[in-house]
Amino acid sequence: MTAAEIGRGLRAGSFTSVEVTKHFLERINHAGKQLNAFITVTPERAIADAGRADARIARGEGGPLTGVPLAHKDIFCTAGVLTSCGSRMLSNFVAPYDATVVERLAAAGMVMLGKTNMDEFAMGSSNETSWYGPVRNPWDGTKVPGGSSGGSAAAVAARLVPVATGTDTGGSIRQPGALTGLTGFKPTYGRVSRYGMVAFASSLDQAGVLAQSAEDAALVLGAMAGHDARDSTSVVVPVPDYAAGLGRSMKGLRIGVIREFFGEGLEEGTGRAVRAALEGFSAMGATIVELSLPNLPLSVPTYYVVAPAECSSNLSRFDGVRFGHRCKEPRDLLDMYKRSRGEGFGAEVKRRIMTGTYVLSAGYYDAYYLKAQKVRSLINADFKRAFSEVDVLMGPTTPTPAFAIGAKVDDPITMYLNDIYTIGANLAGLPAVSVPCGLVEGLPVGLQIIGPHFAEARLLAAAHSWQLVTDWHRRLPPLFA
Amino acid sequence: MTLTRRDVEGIALLARLEISEQELPVYVGSLSRIVGFIDQLSAAATEGVEPMAHPLENQVQPLRDDQVTEVDHRDRYQGNAPLVAAGLYLVPKVIE
Repeated sequence: MTAAEIGRGLRAGSFTSVEVTKHFLERINHAGKQLNAFITVTPERAIADAGRADARIARGEGGPLTGVPLAHKDIFCTAGVLTSCGSRMLSNFVAPYDATVVERLAAAGMVMLGKTNMDEFAMGSSNETSWYGPVRNPWDGTKVPGGSSGGSAAAVAARLVPVATGTDTGGSIRQPGALTGLTGFKPTYGRVSRYGMVAFASSLDQAGVLAQSAEDAALVLGAMAGHDARDSTSVVVPVPDYAAGLGRSMKGLRIGVIREFFGEGLEEGTGRAVRAALEGFSAMGATIVELSLPNLPLSVPTYYVVAPAECSSNLSRFDGVRFGHRCKEPRDLLDMYKRSRGEGFGAEVKRRIMTGTYVLSAGYYDAYYLKAQKVRSLINADFKRAFSEVDVLMGPTTPTPAFAIGAKVDDPITMYLNDIYTIGANLAGLPAVSVPCGLVEGLPVGLQIIGPHFAEARLLAAAHSWQLVTDWHRRLPPLFA
Repeated sequence: MTLTRRDVEGIALLARLEISEQELPVYVGSLSRIVGFIDQLSAAATEGVEPMAHPLENQVQPLRDDQVTEVDHRDRYQGNAPLVAAGLYLVPKVIE
């Protein structure tokens, strides 16, 4: 059942939130155990919150999400609960306050079941960099679920929880969404508050949702979004009623197909499924035009300058002084910094910190960082030009379906190229969603829809229309059906 | 471009990261590959292009009143600190 359906059932009195919560906790503990999708499960708190939600519903209060369980990616601070960010560095960090996202979804009456596994500090595309071990893809346990929001994706795909939060810096919601058959929604930069969300790359990071359907994504996004005085990058733009806008017709929608996304590297079955989806939109009355974004192929190298640069700066706060891991018996302050960070961070995080340190260092700043920010302007201009001609852009979310655990860990460049189709939207701050559009040898494939800034409602309506005429989003991993 | 062992040692020191003898050659290899990969940006024509400062245009920074709104959370926050005494964060001696 989707989150929306559970919400309707709760309000109709078909079942209680305590019953639903117990059902999912049971699934987490048994059916889902081998997926390693959760870092922390909070059963007592969940059942208490569910009881309060039931009381609200009985009084005729609350909304469509009241009493519906969810899980948070372990990047969001949750007061009194371990917030590890998938890292040894924060494996002892009990957050002293709630992130705004956590606070708002709790206020909507949602019941948190726990915190999901993730790539360490959200740096990864396979959920293999977590200090807590890799997450397995529910569709095939030998495959990765994608990353960095891999635990959230696996948990929702296996129906251990109806919906989960995620964050997306270079594709970390859409890519795992595609690889596990979910609707993965990344909003416009600044649409959702990042207060209490551990920072990775501040000009790119944005919170969003991993859901079973566009309707669920609309409901949860609506409850999360909006200005927050505690996050100066959150925008002062009103939040429309996303759920109310889902019924919008596709007739006359102008869809741009990004030529650069269908070149070399795109696996054949994935390309076929995406092209079939485009025909589906055409059948619904949309017009399809092919267009070129010539600078888009530079998005991966641009990202791997900008994101590590910002990460090296953001992660300098982990120094073993105020919170997080501290090494044993430091000889002096420098030794304490070096060993605390050397022990606390995993290999990929260290690699990115060093890449960032290098591109920001004296003599290289202009050649790398400044250059990358200029190329970013070119990529942004490509998107702007495209959106003067079309309403949305479409293409594949990932070049291939889920790959084997261990297959790409030895070569960072190969791993980074997983995000070749998703990074552009982050660089330009655009909203984008991945929706299931097929199966290739039993593994899900995602269609990506990108829109102009603040076009969340348009993207959700397109995703919803697609889900009204297809059932890919209803397919379950055979082991969890 | 290829980084040397010395380059990586220098970067690691700047980043305050202890890198073991065994790890060092691995980073020399992977960081060299990454630098080679991002070097393709140098071919992009960017004359006269402004570096991108922000993804959104026409955003105004909201300001709040200059008033104290936070209350003291020191004890709660220091609950996560590795070593504190008398409300202070303790680190190894810096000045003799």
